[in-house]
Amino acid sequence: MKPDRKSDGAEPGPEVLTIENFSIDYLVEPVVHAVRDVSLTLHRGEVLGLAGESGCGKSTLAYGIVRLLKPPASIVSGRAVFHPRDGAPVDWNELGAEQLRAYRWDTISMVFQGAMNSLNPVISIRDQIEDIFTTHRPGMSRKERRQRCGDLLERVGVDRARLSAYPHELSGGMRQRVMIAMAMALEPQVMIMDEPTTALDVVVQREILQELTRLRDELGFAVIFITHDLPLLLEISDRIAVMRAGEIVELAGALQLYTEPRHEYTRKLLASFPSLTGDRGSFVRGTVS
Amino acid sequence: MTTVEARGIGKRYRKFVAVDDVSFTLEPGRTTALVGQSGSGKSTIAKLLLQLERPTTGQILVDGEPVARRGAAAARYRRTVQMVFQDPYASLNPFHSVGHHLERPVRLHHRDLTGPQVRERVLHLLERVRLTPAEEVARRRPHELSGGQRQRVAIARALAPEPGILIADEPVSMLDVSIRLGVLNLLATLQREEQLAVLYITHDLATARHFSDDILVMYQGRIVERGPADEVILNPRHEYTKLLAEAAPNPERRIKNLQA
Repeated sequence: MKPDRKSDGAEPGPEVLTIENFSIDYLVEPVVHAVRDVSLTLHRGEVLGLAGESGCGKSTLAYGIVRLLKPPASIVSGRAVFHPRDGAPVDWNELGAEQLRAYRWDTISMVFQGAMNSLNPVISIRDQIEDIFTTHRPGMSRKERRQRCGDLLERVGVDRARLSAYPHELSGGMRQRVMIAMAMALEPQVMIMDEPTTALDVVVQREILQELTRLRDELGFAVIFITHDLPLLLEISDRIAVMRAGEIVELAGALQLYTEPRHEYTRKLLASFPSLTGDRGSFVRGTVS
Repeated sequence: MTTVEARGIGKRYRKFVAVDDVSFTLEPGRTTALVGQSGSGKSTIAKLLLQLERPTTGQILVDGEPVARRGAAAARYRRTVQMVFQDPYASLNPFHSVGHHLERPVRLHHRDLTGPQVRERVLHLLERVRLTPAEEVARRRPHELSGGQRQRVAIARALAPEPGILIADEPVSMLDVSIRLGVLNLLATLQREEQLAVLYITHDLATARHFSDDILVMYQGRIVERGPADEVILNPRHEYTKLLAEAAPNPERRIKNLQA
C-alpha cells in the first residue's frame, strides 16, 4: 500500500456527499431502529471507512443513501445531499423515481455485499457491462460500448478476452473485479463498497485493494468502505466511523482512532484483532474471556 | 491421546495434483496451523485426514499403525478424528434442536448408554462450550442462536465422540470479529483439558501465529515452509510466506507511515 497523501483528513477536499441526521426504521413488531441519527460528510477523493459488527446497521445505511431500501425498511428522517462538481447540491430525498434511476450508478455507485455472487449466471460478462451503457448512455454507439467494456476490464486487471465469459468461468477474485469495474463504468464521484473483499483470501484481497487505491488516485472518486475488518480499514481509510447499534459512536482519522480511541467500543474492537507482528495483545491461549 | 502422522501423502484428481508429498505429525496437546490461499490444498488435507478421500500416494498412520479402510478399526478412527466446519449457518440442520445435534454422535459412539446418561452427556457438552443454561439451549433450534453460539454447538458436536484429533477448517472466518477470539480461546482451553491434537486451517496469519505451536505454509499442494509459529511469521524464509505476510492487513505499518 502506498504512503499517504492525506493523514487524518487534515486537509479535506470539498465535500461530495453529506448525510444529515439519517434514521432508518424497520417497521416490524417491535420497530427496529436500524440507523439512528447518523450524520457524515464525505469529501472528494476520500476513503471513509465504516466499521461495525453484523447487525449494526452499516449496510442498511448504505442502502438508505442510495434509496434502495425495501419495505419494511423506511427512512424516517434525515437526508443525503450529493454535491456535484459543478451545479447545485442534489437532495436524494426529493428526486422522483426516474431521476433516481438516472442518478444511481451515474453519480453514486455501489459494490454489493457478496458481490461475486451478484452477477447474473446466465448472461455473459460483456452483456452485463454493456447493459449499464445501454441504460445510462443510450446515445453511445455499439462499437464504442464494446470498446469501453474492454477498457473497464483492463482497468481492474482482467484480460478483455474474458468479456465473452460467463460468471462461473471466472474465479471469485475476478468476479469481484468485474463488479468493481461495473461500479466504475460511469465514473461516479462516490462509490459505496459493502464488504467488497470479505469472501476473498488475503492475497487476492491485497491485489484488489491496491487496484482500488490506484484507481482512486487516478480518477479521484470518494469511497465509503464498509467492513467489520478494522485492521483493513486502518490501512486504507483516511477517516473511520465506528458504528454500533445504528449509531456512529466514534469518527476520527485512522491514526487518531488507532492511537487514541475515545469510545469504549472502539477499544474493544481494536483489541479483538490479534496483531500479526506485535505482541500477543488480548489473545492469551487457554484463557476464556 | 492420539498421534496422527501423514507420511508423504498426495492426492491427484485426474491430472490435477491437489496435494503433493506432504508429511506432518499431529501430537496431543499441540496445535498445528495450516495456512495458504484458497486452492492451495488445505481442505484436501482435511478430507484426507478424515478419510473422506483416499490419498493417491503415501499413508496416514495412527499411533504408528496405518489407518484401517473398513471394519471396527475404521469406525474407531472416524471417532478419533473430528471436524469443525467453517460455516456454522450451514453445518447445523435447521430442523433439529441443538440437543438432537449432540445426542446423535453421543449415541452413535457410545451405544451402551441409557437415555438419561445420553442426556447428561449432552448437557455436560453444552456446559463445556459455555452454552448455559444448558437445558434451555438444548431445546433451541439453530436459527435461535447467534453465529458464535452455533459454532460453539459445532465444537460441542465434534467433542461428543471424545476425539483425539480435532480439525478446525476456518472455524472463525464466518464469525463477527468481536466474538472470534472468544471461540478461539475456547478451542484452546478445550484442547488443553483434553490434550487434543488440533489442525487449525486458516488463511488468517495473525490468529495462526497466536493460536498455534507450529505453522505449515502450503502453496500449490506442497508445504513450502514449516516451523514454530513465531519463527515462520516473524522471519519468513520462503518467498510465498513473505507474500502472505505482506498481504495480511497490517495497521501498524500504515500507522508508522502516518506518524512519519
